[in-house]
Amino acid sequence: MDNARSLPRAQPAAGTAASEPGGFDLTRSRRDSLRRKLVERGVHAILFLCALISVLTTTGIVITLLGETIQFFGEVPIVDFLTGTRWTPLFASKSFGVLPLVNGTIVVALVAIVVAVPIGLLTAIFLSEFAPTRLRSLVKPVLEVLAGIPTVVYGYFALQFVTPILRDIFPQTQIFNVASAGIVMGFMILPMMASISEDALRAVPRDLREGAFALGATRFEVVSRVVVPGALSGILAAVILSISRAIGETMIVAIAAGLQPQMGFDLLRSMETMTAYIVQVSLGDTPQGGIEFRTIFAVGTLLFVMTLVMNLLSDLLVRRYREAYE
Amino acid sequence: MSAQSTAAIPSADVWRPSQTRRRWSGWLFYGLAVFSTLMGLVMLGALLYDIFTDGAREVDWHFLSNYPSRIADNAGLRSALLGSLWMLAFTAIIAFPLGVGAAIYLEEYAPDNWLTRFIQLNIANLAGVPSIVYGLLGLGLFVRWLELGRVVLAGSMTMALLILPLIIVASREAIRAVPDSLREGSYALGATRWQMVRQTVLPSAAGGILTGTILALARAIGETAPLITIGALTYVAFDPNGPLDIFTVLPIQIFNWVSLPQKEFHSLAAGGIVVLLVVLLTANSLAVYLRYRMQRRLQ
Repeated sequence: MDNARSLPRAQPAAGTAASEPGGFDLTRSRRDSLRRKLVERGVHAILFLCALISVLTTTGIVITLLGETIQFFGEVPIVDFLTGTRWTPLFASKSFGVLPLVNGTIVVALVAIVVAVPIGLLTAIFLSEFAPTRLRSLVKPVLEVLAGIPTVVYGYFALQFVTPILRDIFPQTQIFNVASAGIVMGFMILPMMASISEDALRAVPRDLREGAFALGATRFEVVSRVVVPGALSGILAAVILSISRAIGETMIVAIAAGLQPQMGFDLLRSMETMTAYIVQVSLGDTPQGGIEFRTIFAVGTLLFVMTLVMNLLSDLLVRRYREAYE
Repeated sequence: MSAQSTAAIPSADVWRPSQTRRRWSGWLFYGLAVFSTLMGLVMLGALLYDIFTDGAREVDWHFLSNYPSRIADNAGLRSALLGSLWMLAFTAIIAFPLGVGAAIYLEEYAPDNWLTRFIQLNIANLAGVPSIVYGLLGLGLFVRWLELGRVVLAGSMTMALLILPLIIVASREAIRAVPDSLREGSYALGATRWQMVRQTVLPSAAGGILTGTILALARAIGETAPLITIGALTYVAFDPNGPLDIFTVLPIQIFNWVSLPQKEFHSLAAGGIVVLLVVLLTANSLAVYLRYRMQRRLQ
């Protein structure tokens, strides 16, 4: 049992112990072998429990979200929640139609996708089909830096850098607006889009490329008619995963897109997303336990379901292209 | 294209227009691809430039050692820095053993059955759950059900669950990279499975595991949304002194300053971001260095 607890500490000494036959002395008593068996069993059980934590986490998420959400739907009919177009749970005249938040979420995600998908895909094509190895090994880590920057930093950048530029071009732009948050979010997602697409492009076998070259195709023709169609399911998976990431992203929209739930597609106006609403309530002084506070669990459940469906779908697509070529 | 299959070879002039067009569209596409790649890099450059020109001059000892304040000139990061450190320490203590344990189980012990596949699917899906949902989990489970309140430990536990999939995936990759010949050598010397794992696999995989853990912890330093959701405060003017104290963290303090309307606070936010980025850069360099050193030691 104590072996399990001393796991990190045991590492440095292990290299020398392995080379000493004394560690595995066969002449030790039977008691020793029994002890070893017990340790084995114990360690096995502990490690299994560690792996089980992930299942418990998912269970915890589902129970926490559903528990509050079911109570919420006891007071607000689920149909009103899913089809209502007025979201004013914090006002005196309460209305619980979630569609404005969904609208805001989808519009921001669309802007992000319009930025991330073409740029990300072209970057992936450049890295996998055109760039020499050395340039590739230089560009990739730099793009990964982009992925490692905290989202609160992107939020600052959207509000303090991109929004003023937008306001110079379109004077009617509101301080908090969807366009700025969406564009910056697109660049946040870009590395993920690029790296998953690149994996998909690289999974297309060399023979197919060489066959096309042998027929006299130019590099562009090989890319556009052989490689990209061959990697299509992987690229689609990347797009879906990007959308899922955009929907779940919180800090950029909470900082730069504003807190006004409304319908519509005007990119220069402020809109509130589902995630931004959860932040708004968490920061405010809404008393816990009331219907107003329960709304964040209902919105969270909707968010969880939306991203889960998309993640599963993209997982399915990735598996399909792996099966096709491996 | 279909004209190629005709038997008679036409004169070269017939091909020239389409040849030119094909070559040009190729160059155009190449240009577009280069341009797109550059755009990501340019955006990164613009972001760093914007933040450092706004924030670098804010960062001094005063800024690091003062509490936040309503007066911008006096405001500092002290409580946020300490909060981030406490949060990070407990996140590491919780997440590291659990993550490495799960990775060892899945790579070295797990039988190939439905339960294992279910666990793996679960981990893959958890990695895609939005961070704010983890915040709701932490709020429901740790803050309210366990009645911990809005304290460091509740934040650390939430963060640990959030980065667990990252640690598991990185550790599994490191463990998988250990050659089977080492395992067989260990078994041949009479080692039990756990002795084999502890004395052979883990030392070989340690570099990869540590690197993955550091990168996961770096992610935890920058996360904001889940901690806001569990109710970490935005204004803390005292030192958090242990796992059961209420707290704030660096990104929340930055968020708080960005949200204020006055311009002075926006430069403070930029200053906070500079500090945050320097911390992250240090963590990442450490990870790269460790990976490099471990690789050399193995060779």
